[in-house]
Amino acid sequence: MDISRRKFLGCMAAAALGTTTGATGLAHAASGKEFTGYPDSFGVLHDSTRCIGCRKCEQACNQVNNLDPPDKPFDDLSVLDDRRRTDETVYTVVNKFADNVFAKIQCNHCQEPACASACFVKALYKDKTGAVVYDESLCVGCRYCMVACPFNIPAFTYFDPLTPKITKCTMCLPLIQEGKLPGCVDICPKEALTFGRRADLIKMARQRIAKNPGQYVDHIYGEHEMGGTAWLYLSGIPFNEIGMREDLGTTSAPELTAGPLAAVPIVVGLWPVFLTGVWAINKRKEKIAEQEQAAAVQAAEEQAAQEKTKALEALQQKLTKEKETAIAAEVKKALDEAEEKARQAAAPDDTTTDTDTAADTLPDDSGKQEE
Amino acid sequence: MEFFTLHDFMTYSKGITYLIMGGILVFMPLYWLYLTERDDD
Amino acid sequence: MSQETPIARKQYFTPFNVITGVILVIGLVLTVLRFTKGIGAVTNLDNNNPWGLWIGFDLLCGVALAAGGYMTSSACYIFGLKKYHSAVRPAILTAFLGYALVVFALHYDVGRPWRLPYPIFWSQGTSSLLFEVGLCVFLYLTVLFIEWTPAAFEWLGFKKIRGVVVRLTLVLTIFGVVLSTLHQSSLGALFMIAPSKLHPLWYSGYLHVYFFISSMFAGLSMVIFEGTLAHRWLHHKMDDTHLAESDGVVLGFGRAASFIMMGYVGIKIIGMAVDNEWHYLTTGWGAWFLVELVGFVLLPAILFSMGAREKNLTFIRVAAVWAVLGIVLNRLNVSLIAFNWHLPAADRYVPSIMEVGTTIFIVTLGVVVYRFIALKMPILHEHPDYKEAH
Repeated sequence: MDISRRKFLGCMAAAALGTTTGATGLAHAASGKEFTGYPDSFGVLHDSTRCIGCRKCEQACNQVNNLDPPDKPFDDLSVLDDRRRTDETVYTVVNKFADNVFAKIQCNHCQEPACASACFVKALYKDKTGAVVYDESLCVGCRYCMVACPFNIPAFTYFDPLTPKITKCTMCLPLIQEGKLPGCVDICPKEALTFGRRADLIKMARQRIAKNPGQYVDHIYGEHEMGGTAWLYLSGIPFNEIGMREDLGTTSAPELTAGPLAAVPIVVGLWPVFLTGVWAINKRKEKIAEQEQAAAVQAAEEQAAQEKTKALEALQQKLTKEKETAIAAEVKKALDEAEEKARQAAAPDDTTTDTDTAADTLPDDSGKQEE
Repeated sequence: MEFFTLHDFMTYSKGITYLIMGGILVFMPLYWLYLTERDDD
Repeated sequence: MSQETPIARKQYFTPFNVITGVILVIGLVLTVLRFTKGIGAVTNLDNNNPWGLWIGFDLLCGVALAAGGYMTSSACYIFGLKKYHSAVRPAILTAFLGYALVVFALHYDVGRPWRLPYPIFWSQGTSSLLFEVGLCVFLYLTVLFIEWTPAAFEWLGFKKIRGVVVRLTLVLTIFGVVLSTLHQSSLGALFMIAPSKLHPLWYSGYLHVYFFISSMFAGLSMVIFEGTLAHRWLHHKMDDTHLAESDGVVLGFGRAASFIMMGYVGIKIIGMAVDNEWHYLTTGWGAWFLVELVGFVLLPAILFSMGAREKNLTFIRVAAVWAVLGIVLNRLNVSLIAFNWHLPAADRYVPSIMEVGTTIFIVTLGVVVYRFIALKMPILHEHPDYKEAH
C-alpha cells in the first residue's frame, strides 16, 4: 500500500461522505438532546501496525514544546524496555509490547473531555479545532482532572513549590492554527500517524480494516470510548495487549456526573420547603401544647375555686343550721326558764332580768361563728 | 445559543441553574415572612 | 513567690502541652518544606495517584466527621428535639473548626492555594462536582461561623449583635442542612467521573447518596465521641443543664445512628443488586468490602442498638468510636484503597511519613483551638446572662 493511494482513499472518503455525518461519539443531555462535537474538528489516526518504535515523535514533541532534554537521547531505544507514561517532562510516549508491537500514547483529546468536565475553574476546555486546551493562568492545582482522566494522561509538576501546573499534549494547537501538522505527525517516517478531520479519519480507518482482512482488529479505538476521542487507534492485536483499556465504556464524563449534578438544584429547591414545613409543624405542636397546658391549669384553678365556694357554702349552711338549732335551744331554754320562773312566781324573787340577759348574748355569738 | 459538546452545554445550563438556586435561597425565607406576617405570635 | 514558680512551670509542661508542642514544631517544619520544595518533596503523590492522604483523610473524613453540626442543630431547631439544646454549641464549634481545618489542609494539597477563591469569584467551572463542593464548603463555613458567633459575642459582652444573630438561627440552620446535603453528597459524586478507576463494589450510581447518609451517622457518632472526650478533659466547664442533658444526648443520638446505619446497610445492598455485583464478593476485594460494611457499619450499629435498649452508655460510646473508624475506612477505601485498584502494586500509593505528619499536625491544631475556645467561651455551659434566652 503506497502513500498516495492511502491519501487518495482518505480524500475519497471525505468527499463522498461529508464531514459531519460520520459516526462520532454521541453525548446526550438529560432532555435527550444530542451533541456530536465541533463539526470539522481535527484528530489523528494512529495505526499501531505501522509504528516501528523509532521515538522520532517523542523527539519532535520535545522540541515543539520546548521541554527539557531527556537523560537518555531519543535514539537510545533501550528506553523502550520499560513501560512508561506521560509526565511533566514528556507529553508523548511510545511503549513496546510483545512481538515488537509499538503504541504511542498522549492526550486523546476527548470529544467530551473528562478533565474539562472535572475542572472547577474552566482551566481545561475543548477547542473547536478538537484540541483539549489547558489554561495555566486559571489552574488552582487541585489535580481533579488527573483523577478524572480515564487514560491517565495529565501530569503535574509536583516539585514546583509555588506555581505547579498540569502538563499534557496540546495537539500542537499553535501549529494547527498556522495550518501546520502536529510535531509528531509531521516527523513520523512510516505514516503511522495521520492528521485530518476526525470524521474523515474514521472513514479511513474503516476502509483500512476492510481492505486488509486479518491485518486489523475490527475496532477503531476512540470512536466511542468515553464518548469518543479525537485520537483514533488501529491495532493488529487486541487493544488491551497494547496497553489500552477495553473496559472504559462509551459513556462520556459529563453524562457520568449528570445525575448528582441534577440532584443539586432539586435539593436547593425542596429542602427549604420541607424543612420549614417540619419546623412550622413542630412550632404549631408546641403552641398547641402550651395552650392546652394553660387551659388545663385554668380549668384546675376554676375547679378548685368552685370546690372552695361549695365547701364554704356547706359550712355556712351547717353553721346557720347550728345557729338555728342553738337559737331554738336557747329560746326553748329561755321559755323553759321562764316557765320555771313563772312556776316560781309564787316565790317573791324578780325573774325578768335573767331572761333579758340570755336574749342579749345570742346575736353576738352567732356573729362570731359566721366569720 | 448553539452548543457542540455536552460539556459546554452543561457548563452554561448549570451556570444559570446556580444563579436560580441563589435566588431561591434568598426568596424563600422572605416569602415565608410575608406568608406568616399577620400571625398573632 | 518561690512556691508559685514550680507550680506554674508544672502547669505549663503537662504531657499534653509537650506532645502538642512537638507536633506543632514538626508541622511548621513540614509546612516550610511543602512551600519551598514542593508537594512532591513531602508526599508520595505521583501522576497516577494525584490524590492522597490529604484529600482522602483531611478533606473527605474531615468533612464527614464535621457533620455533627448540621445533625445536632437541625435536630434541635427544626425537628423540635429541644432536649438536645446543650449539645448544639459544642457540635457547631467542632463543625466550624473541622471545616476550617479542611480548608487549611487544602492549602497544603492544592498547587496554588491563593487561587482557591478562583472557582467562586473568577472562573466558575459549573460542570464540575468539585465546583459544587467548593462553593458549598465556602458558604457552609460562613454559615457555621455565624452560628458560632453568639458564643463569642457572649464572651465579649456584645448583647445587641448577639440578639440579631440568634434571631437568624432558623434560617441559618436550614441553610446549613441544604449546604451539608449538597457537599456531603457531592464529595462522593466526585468519584463518579472515574468508573474505570474505582472498584465496582465501591463505585455506584448512588455514591452521592451513600456519602450523604453515612455523613449523618458520622456526625452523630462524632458528637457522642467528642462528648466523651469533653467529659474527661473539660468536665469542670460544663453546667448542670449540659450534664443533665448529656446522657439523653448519648442515648438519643446512639439510637438514631443505629437506625440510620441499618438504612445505610440496606441501600448498600440495593446498590450491589442494581449493578449485579454479587460475584465480586467472593474475591479479595469482596472480603475487604465486607470488612467495611459488616465489620464497621453493621456491627457498630448492633452495638449502638444494645446500648440504646439497655441504656448502657459505655456500649454507645464504644460503638461511636467504632462507627467513626468505619467512616474513615469507607472514605479511604473510596479515595485511596479501592481507587486505582487495577494498577500494579508498584504503582499504588502509600502515604509518606511527612504526609502523615502533616495530617497529625492539622488534627492537633484543631484540638488545641477547640480546647482554647471551650475553656474561654460559653460552649459547654450557658452564659449566666443569657440563660433564658433561647
